[in-house]
Amino acid sequence: MNASTNINVKKKDILKKRSRKNILLQRLSRNKIAYVSLCFLILVHIIVFIGPLVWKVSPTGLQDAGALANWSLQHPMGTDDLGRDVFSRMLYGGRITLIVGLAAMLFALLIGTIIGACAGFFRGYVETVLMRFTEAMMAIPNFFFVLVALTVLGTSPVMVVIVIALSGWMEIARVVYGETLKWKEYEFVEAANASGATSIRILTKYIIPQIIPSIIVSGTLTIAAAILTESAISYLGMGIQPPTPTWGNMLQDSQQYIWTAPILGVLPGAAITIVVLAYNFLGDGLRDALDPRFVKK
Amino acid sequence: MNPPLLKIENLKKYFVIKNGNSFVAANNKKVVKAIDDVSLEIFQGETLGLVGESGCGKSTLGKNILRLQEPTEGQVFFKDKDILKYNNRELRRLRKEMQIIYQDPFGSLNPRFTIGEIIGEMYEIHKTDREIDKLSEIKKMLELVGLDSEKYNSYPHELSGGQRQRVGIARALALNPDFVVADEPVSALDVSVQSQIINLLMDLKKDLGLTMLFIAHGLNVVRHISDRVGVMYLGRIVEISETDNIFDTPAHPYTAALLSTVPDVDVSLRKERIVFKGEVPSPANPPSGCHFRTRCPLATEKCQLEVPKMQEVRNGHYVSCHFPLGADQLLKDVVSNL
Repeated sequence: MNASTNINVKKKDILKKRSRKNILLQRLSRNKIAYVSLCFLILVHIIVFIGPLVWKVSPTGLQDAGALANWSLQHPMGTDDLGRDVFSRMLYGGRITLIVGLAAMLFALLIGTIIGACAGFFRGYVETVLMRFTEAMMAIPNFFFVLVALTVLGTSPVMVVIVIALSGWMEIARVVYGETLKWKEYEFVEAANASGATSIRILTKYIIPQIIPSIIVSGTLTIAAAILTESAISYLGMGIQPPTPTWGNMLQDSQQYIWTAPILGVLPGAAITIVVLAYNFLGDGLRDALDPRFVKK
Repeated sequence: MNPPLLKIENLKKYFVIKNGNSFVAANNKKVVKAIDDVSLEIFQGETLGLVGESGCGKSTLGKNILRLQEPTEGQVFFKDKDILKYNNRELRRLRKEMQIIYQDPFGSLNPRFTIGEIIGEMYEIHKTDREIDKLSEIKKMLELVGLDSEKYNSYPHELSGGQRQRVGIARALALNPDFVVADEPVSALDVSVQSQIINLLMDLKKDLGLTMLFIAHGLNVVRHISDRVGVMYLGRIVEISETDNIFDTPAHPYTAALLSTVPDVDVSLRKERIVFKGEVPSPANPPSGCHFRTRCPLATEKCQLEVPKMQEVRNGHYVSCHFPLGADQLLKDVVSNL
């Protein structure tokens, strides 16, 4: 084989890989709502993570404009009841809310994937113990669990992430469990076994890569749920504590002023609603795009 | 003849089927005897063909020999060691020496691995003592099975069925095993491709000194490639002998009937087909005595009461039948004289 054919092969491969991703994007773009949600979420993340580098007003410092000031050029969204810049608080609060959502999602994915994959792969007692445990966890009212756990463990951001993840991994575990059962029966998995691969190798190199699309879908939906949970517990004062802003505790702060300064409640409330909605639409869209039965549509 | 490389003694594989309510499961348990007391030897360097109808336990036998399924009972000696006693670690080491080629070239290759990765896995799993040049080793394997080494970076879905089957063969042979189970390696392929793969397997066997268990349901294919042939019916081996003996002078009525169904291009050579009444009985509820008696034209009361033992009718020609056909007899004649 000479060098030129080698290059040709590589070029072809790159094209092939890119076209696979293109197919996914193409199918996603056919679903208008999901595509708009994706673009919107990318925009929100850019604003929230890069915005504070540009908008250098402190989210906790008191401003000269005083409390409950109307919007102006210095304070595009006005100031809150203590005289802090609302725009800055929205940016920092969004940052924390989204990071908590993402981190909780990643942690939940980790737990759910390990438990689901082990239950599906090893079967027998492992399966019985892990899946019955999963079902038992699902039977506990989510909110009750989160509140009790946070009361006992404290409300540091790390704890909030861990507790939200612990309350949200069960759906993922069940999805991964079902998919593992399916892929385990494929002949290439038996072939790997016949080659002398260890169970861990078969799980990580042969089974889990096939499940990744489903994991991404559940992950997207889990972020939405995690953001909602974080907002709800912050609203109840059990989440991340002031003065650190999150959209949830901003909502709580604003409730006394709901008649005098409604904008203080509307802004974080709308932000939560729209971001959660967008994540849900994106998750649904991804699920449809990854489903081969939707090809002909 | 060479010493046996693999020896199977009284191998049994039973599947338990539970019906309905698990609280009364004790009464509802059904046992499917997929492999029912099979003993056979495979000699160094030979190809043993294994034929039988669908569901007679051929593939199950192959998988049990490799311990891809755990046999219920019996012994499998590979190089004089009982591999059923091996623990996981010893078993993984054994995998280097025993490999399998699958029937379905679509399902047996990881869709997310390139061809190079699929074959390279073998070298990665069994890290050999000395560092080998993996890349050149893989390319050598690809050339050995007649694939372009350019296919190294392709994914399985980019290849045709025949090419995929070649990849499957390359994977099985990558570590230079002593024994290979070929589990219907050509039945999923086009007829034109079948012969290519068969010839490839024969060449490889000659060049590498492989010992092979070749499972198939096509008799023509088996005749071409096998040194000896075993015939299975409902979990038992009913006849086993050198290929020519099986095809020229079958001793078991079932074998004779199978052979009469092989189509021949030459009209003058066409045999009269022996058509048996009825279907294959359910393996969950096989007939007593000889399993074949419900469909056998020669069956008597003895067949109902006694399980026939393997007996040697000629040198190296074993059959399990109470009334084996003689060397000069054909079943057709026997039936017409009844």
